[in-house]
Amino acid sequence: MTTRPTARSPRPSAVRRGPTVRRRAARTGQYLALLGYLVFLAFPLLWLVSTAFKPPRELASLHPGWIPDHPTLDNFRQAFDEQPLLRSAGNSLIASLAAAAITVVIATPMAYVMARHHRSPLSRAATGWIVVSQAFPFVLVIIPLFLVLKEVRLIDSLSGLIMVYVVWSLPFALWMLAGYARAVPRELEEAAAVDGASRLRTLISVTMPLLAPGIVATALFAFITAWNEFFFALVLLKSPQKQTMPVILTHFIGTEGVADLGPLAAASLLATLPSLVLFAVIQRRITSGTLAGAVKH
Amino acid sequence: MIPVTAASARSDQGSAPPPSAAPGKGPGRAASGHRAWFLVLPALIPILLLSVGPLLYGIVLAFTDSQAGRTDPTQWIGLLNFQDLLRDTLFWESFRIGLVWAVAVSVPQFLLALGLALLLNQNLRFRWLSRALAIVPWAMPEVVVGIMWRLVYHPDAGLLNETLGTHRDWLGSLSTALPAVVVVGIWARLPQVTVTLLAGLSNVPRELHEAAAMDGAGAWRRFRTVTWPAIRPIALAISALSFIWNVNSFALVYVLTGGGPGGRTRLPMLFAYEEAFRYGQFGYAAAMGCVLVAVVSILLAVHLVARLKGDDDA
Repeated sequence: MTTRPTARSPRPSAVRRGPTVRRRAARTGQYLALLGYLVFLAFPLLWLVSTAFKPPRELASLHPGWIPDHPTLDNFRQAFDEQPLLRSAGNSLIASLAAAAITVVIATPMAYVMARHHRSPLSRAATGWIVVSQAFPFVLVIIPLFLVLKEVRLIDSLSGLIMVYVVWSLPFALWMLAGYARAVPRELEEAAAVDGASRLRTLISVTMPLLAPGIVATALFAFITAWNEFFFALVLLKSPQKQTMPVILTHFIGTEGVADLGPLAAASLLATLPSLVLFAVIQRRITSGTLAGAVKH
Repeated sequence: MIPVTAASARSDQGSAPPPSAAPGKGPGRAASGHRAWFLVLPALIPILLLSVGPLLYGIVLAFTDSQAGRTDPTQWIGLLNFQDLLRDTLFWESFRIGLVWAVAVSVPQFLLALGLALLLNQNLRFRWLSRALAIVPWAMPEVVVGIMWRLVYHPDAGLLNETLGTHRDWLGSLSTALPAVVVVGIWARLPQVTVTLLAGLSNVPRELHEAAAMDGAGAWRRFRTVTWPAIRPIALAISALSFIWNVNSFALVYVLTGGGPGGRTRLPMLFAYEEAFRYGQFGYAAAMGCVLVAVVSILLAVHLVARLKGDDDA
């Protein structure tokens, strides 16, 4: 498909790591690009952290520095004083835990069926729904949901929100879990069946343990999704004592857009920590287990 | 270990044989078919009740005059909402902003992410740091991303003004608000697209690359003939997804500007949200949702057709 390079590159090793000038220039360019990426990615984050630890006087100064001269934890204390942070964190925790637990409990059996009978009309319909649900315009779903939940008096309640979160994380959960279920060798189940185990027994004592890491990863992912979610919580929860953390965070900004920067940054930092930690744990599984795998199939 | 079954298990990962391939005394097909329904119901019922149902209900609502706090019964009004939408200049303005936003975010985001993925696929130092950092914006709540960038753009205490020595109100002035918000949009999902493309790059056979290099193919040529064909499906999938995500954006811009100044950043979702939950116009907002779905579906169909065509060529 290309001309033989008799003149230019005599040895293969020279092609791969020849220390030519051009090569070195390319490497420099690559490192510069990487640096630009790191700056673009890291600087807003560092600024958030820095703001969270700055005393009011430094925040008001005309030339705020990177590192606070007199770092303080006052912003965190003030954040808790200004808004019901603790309660909202509790609400978020309840909603996220419940959503994650319910999601995996109802998604695992279905994902298993999708993996084992993926030619059946049901599995095809489920796959289609998963794809379509990625394009769901929330407006079109939230208005009827709002009306329905209001009808059954589940508006302004965490239970209503949890129900919405479960359905909202289901497509991705099914996607992930079906991927894991496909990876469980079928012959292990067959061996158990030959040994006389019932299908349910096989499922519980053979398949589930092998699926466990996938189930944990999926649950954590559902947890993070719910913990970070804003739109549904904004629409469905009205009273401040029921609101979740992302909604409470927007109260710091106020209606006029004037914000107490220090406490705002401090509270934001606190709200990010749980999902950050969990995400670090499952990051590899998410990327390898989802889209890449999905496209390969 | 057991050649035959192992092979059948492996083929199951791809386009697998029908489930009847399970031999002998294994879980019988007829029985498992019945049990399958039982296993599927716990997920199926909520999906139908809380997702498919509301979606259909939403479409019906678009043809009614449903409003918040209405005492007399809701009326079927046919296409009236859609006729109103056609005449609503604010809606078209918001629609236009939404398209500009989605394109202005998705395209640079994809190109940047592709460059970065190729970069991070190289054997560079600090690669681990970039990969570690890449997950942070992904894990952050969108609300916090918005707040963080408000701090960066802040007229007095902001990082950007401090760095540039300016005193601009980036989010508050008519000319800079949309570009400023677009930068945040790119930042927020850049890692997601990058990491996905990186996963795609791991499928590129290294030997093929080396063979092409030995044949004297330059970097661009190797990218076109070896890398791109291998990551094309995943690239198309993630670009379509990110476009949809951006069309449906809400939290980021809600926190950054609330749609202002002067509606300059009022994305369609913000518009619909206000219409429904501030002014109580449920039917009208639902009609807006329908228009959005229709447009996104058409764009997606075009995208998919392009994809299928490309596969035929390959």
